[in-house]
Amino acid sequence: MRLLRTAERAGITDLAHKVLAGERLSRADGVRLYQADLYAVGELANYVRERLHGDRTYFNVNQHVNYTNICNKLCRFCAFQRLPNQEGAYWMTPEQVGQKITAQLHQPVTEVHMVAGIHPKLDYQYYLDILRAAKRARPSIHVKAFTMVELDQIAKKAKKPLQEVLPELIEAGLGSCPGGGAEVFADRVHQESYHLKMSGEQWLETARTVHRAGLRSNCTMLHGHIETIEERVDHLDRLRLLQDETGGFQTYIPLSFHPDNTEMADIPGPTALDELREIAVARLLLDNIPHIKAYWILMDVPVAQTALAFGADDVDGTVVEEKIYHEAGATTPQEVAREELVRWIRDAGRVPVERDTLYQVVWSGDPEQAQVGGAVPVGTR
Amino acid sequence: MDSPTAAHLDLHPQTLPSDLHPGLPPERASRATQGPYAPELDRLAGKIEDGVRITPEEGLYLHDHADLLLLGRLADTVRERKHPEGRVTYIVDRNLNPTNVCITDCGFCAFYRRPGAEGAYVMERPELHRRMQELADLGGRQVLMQGGHHPRLKTAWWCELFQDLRQHFPLINLHALSAPELDHLAKLDKRPVQEVLRDLIAAGLGSVPGAGAEMLVERVRAIIAPKKTTTDRWLAVHRAVHEAGLRSSATMMFGHVETHAERIEHMERLRALQDETGGFTAFACWTMQPEGVPQQELYPRKATPGTYLRVQALARIYLDNIDNMQTSYVTQGLKAAQMTLRMGCNDFGGTMLEENVVSAAGCFNLAPIEKLEQQIRRAGFTPVRRNSWYGLDDARLGAPSGPKNRAEAATHKGALSGGVA
Repeated sequence: MRLLRTAERAGITDLAHKVLAGERLSRADGVRLYQADLYAVGELANYVRERLHGDRTYFNVNQHVNYTNICNKLCRFCAFQRLPNQEGAYWMTPEQVGQKITAQLHQPVTEVHMVAGIHPKLDYQYYLDILRAAKRARPSIHVKAFTMVELDQIAKKAKKPLQEVLPELIEAGLGSCPGGGAEVFADRVHQESYHLKMSGEQWLETARTVHRAGLRSNCTMLHGHIETIEERVDHLDRLRLLQDETGGFQTYIPLSFHPDNTEMADIPGPTALDELREIAVARLLLDNIPHIKAYWILMDVPVAQTALAFGADDVDGTVVEEKIYHEAGATTPQEVAREELVRWIRDAGRVPVERDTLYQVVWSGDPEQAQVGGAVPVGTR
Repeated sequence: MDSPTAAHLDLHPQTLPSDLHPGLPPERASRATQGPYAPELDRLAGKIEDGVRITPEEGLYLHDHADLLLLGRLADTVRERKHPEGRVTYIVDRNLNPTNVCITDCGFCAFYRRPGAEGAYVMERPELHRRMQELADLGGRQVLMQGGHHPRLKTAWWCELFQDLRQHFPLINLHALSAPELDHLAKLDKRPVQEVLRDLIAAGLGSVPGAGAEMLVERVRAIIAPKKTTTDRWLAVHRAVHEAGLRSSATMMFGHVETHAERIEHMERLRALQDETGGFTAFACWTMQPEGVPQQELYPRKATPGTYLRVQALARIYLDNIDNMQTSYVTQGLKAAQMTLRMGCNDFGGTMLEENVVSAAGCFNLAPIEKLEQQIRRAGFTPVRRNSWYGLDDARLGAPSGPKNRAEAATHKGALSGGVA
């Protein structure tokens, strides 16, 4: 078998046998995956990716709404945040959030991804109102909103425990939660780069609460700044343990640190090859998380396409109006047409499958398979 | 434990995606890894790892059936075998296009102007000198000088220019005049290209760029460049260049109207000529940049980076007799270029302090030298400056190594005797 030969040359035959047998890799194995030859690790990750998904590669038609950039967390790796009176600071009224969604009614959007800064003056009612505004503007839309950090703030504003707040958010239209704000769980990294924000342990506890409320969520790691390999493995292992318990994570998304306009601008950020390895290691360690996403808007198209051979099975979506990474120097377009995404995936030798937020198939490009859902009629789901 | 378990919540720990999608068939092993193509791909992989040449049919099979992981790894293996030192070279150079006047009317070119058209120019000598001086000040080792097919600028005009530039800027090699331009000069002069080359070499021409190859397939050229030098002539001019004692590079512009088989056909022609002369120093390829070109309607949308990476990797595998592979960061961006360093490329090409031809087509991706070196270093390689003949010329390494001039680099050594070294 080809991958065993490659693994042998790279000195990871034992890991290859574990992967072929479907055995869980240890933390020590994870560290070795970060050090072994990239192609050997990639071939193993690709094997797992194909065992789970064949050639299928998921995408969705989505839009982003960053309802405010005002934030009091002062994370050193962020270029999006503004202080309340700083130039460029903004927040959107619920009406404005609704207008953002109405503006895309001509597109077959199935999801709005709604995340933002922690604006201390926004009250609990505001969060309920923006959910309702989104659903009113497009009743079929799935609202994937609020990172664990925002949920923590919302519960504080509501002056109630999160488990009591979540049913009300769900009632107002919340469909699932995005995976941001996890950064790197290790205490050292927390202290040095984002100490005003919740710790790793709190993030995991919040995610646990979210899953127990019946919501699915994603998870992430912001890699390529001050964290060590051991800290990355620790982060992935802690995600894996929570997933064993709840099963609530759908997708893991490695987020590449973008240095421009941040307090860490002297750190160059991960290379394209680092990004490929991050995808591959995650696919191998996170044996209980179904999907690994190559988020094209921050990796850029060449890396995202290549990542589809290194363990990724999802490329995110059409992403109308990305702000957070573009403030940090991302030079990718801020949106892409659905047909262009389909072409990228096909050119990478994979079969495009349009999904909704919960990975129900909307359309399948599999030539050996009748279309499962057909295109979504605009505004009817 | 009294907290609700996943089962209570109808969430399924370790649920695999196929279970989430009852409408889809059970997970399908990839065609490349385990499907019907796997045995043949395994055989080809073994062959390439053993250093055995592949046939055109095998090249096409790899193109169409191998995944990027396999192509990339095999290309990386070939690169490692040819360049085990872990170096990635580049040259400090700039482009000078002394004229944009051209009568070839290629529909994919956004650079040229018809004679007398608005924006048509022939660069004045002081301007050329100014730009050469800027390059010399930066330690430049090469000027890539190409231009349009001007109907009145004959060999003598170029010879005078070359002599002048060699005299003022002796450290800067003239990497100039692509095969179609040389062919054009032969036509204007009404004499064989060998004679044109003899004069240009005497005037100081040091090496010949590989441009104008586009696709070396007549069916394709008839569509995209009907007035340009034919396939046979392009190859004949490069043969003449090599026999005259100069080295040249080879290129391919793809991602337009060619078929996959035609990409292989192109590579096969280059490989055959290289077997004969050994005169190509390097190969570079890039995808057609269709935005803003005169006959944009003729072309499909720009090929995606995945296609570029696939073809670049295949080229490293196929062109087993060409030493160096250049990445194309100008058209593909630095991130793609960095990946190509593990997909067969060992050279970053020129620093291109300016790039008129490609940038006029809406693609401008100029990377300062330091950033370029950082990309190379962070991909795990040592950046090293080279000269036009791929000799190393980098103060950080100590004394230069490899060929230092065109005479040392020549594959047809006798040819240059009598010329200026």
